Amino acid sequence: MKLLQERVKDRPAGENLIIRTAVRLMIPFIQLYGLYVIVHGHYSPGGGFQGGVVLGASFILLALAYDLRTSLRFMSERVNAVLGNVGVLIYTGTGLLCALLGGLFLDYSALDRILPLGPVEWRSLGIFVVEVGVGIAVMSIMTSLFWDLGSGGEMDEGL
Amino acid sequence: MIWQLDLLILALVVVCAVAAINTRDLLGAVVIFGVYSFLMCLLWAEMGAVDVAFTEATVGAGISSVLFIAAIFRTTRRSKD
Repeated sequence: MKLLQERVKDRPAGENLIIRTAVRLMIPFIQLYGLYVIVHGHYSPGGGFQGGVVLGASFILLALAYDLRTSLRFMSERVNAVLGNVGVLIYTGTGLLCALLGGLFLDYSALDRILPLGPVEWRSLGIFVVEVGVGIAVMSIMTSLFWDLGSGGEMDEGL
Repeated sequence: MIWQLDLLILALVVVCAVAAINTRDLLGAVVIFGVYSFLMCLLWAEMGAVDVAFTEATVGAGISSVLFIAAIFRTTRRSKD
């Protein structure tokens, strides 16, 4: 029995029509499910972290079925870095805005002073904004973790 | 909570953990680790912690298995020095 490393060396991985077509059909639904998990995080199980992981897994699946370059065409490295930072900025920015408006850090009821909707409504909206930020950050970090580990940091071939 | 089901899943978790340590093939160990993660996910869901079960299924069984396999592709059987 040949070793896994030897078997992979002489065969380009992922040259399979069935796998590629199935992945191309599956990815939109996976991403829709990830968005659903993020948006429904405060009503049902799930939330920013889990939804972000599902969204990141869709890009990892693309890189596994095709190659790393194809996934870089849909989500470039620069966009990925910007999205990761924007996600963290949304999270900490919401918390800081609450603190600056006179409440505690991440005390969403303080946001009532921007738009008077009532503290209860703002608590629901605030956790939603934070979940979206967490989801974006986790998606980009998971994707770039796989890119860096799969290609040894060179972003050319890999898995 | 059904304690018989708990006991069954816990026993399988222990079996999977011991098997993952004792397997010499790294790829086999990763697959057994994925099975371990799914059993833990079942256990969390059965105990009522659906949120934790969701995290375990996505991160533990999904992403971390892929990351482990990506790391194994970078290894060789014997060290070069």
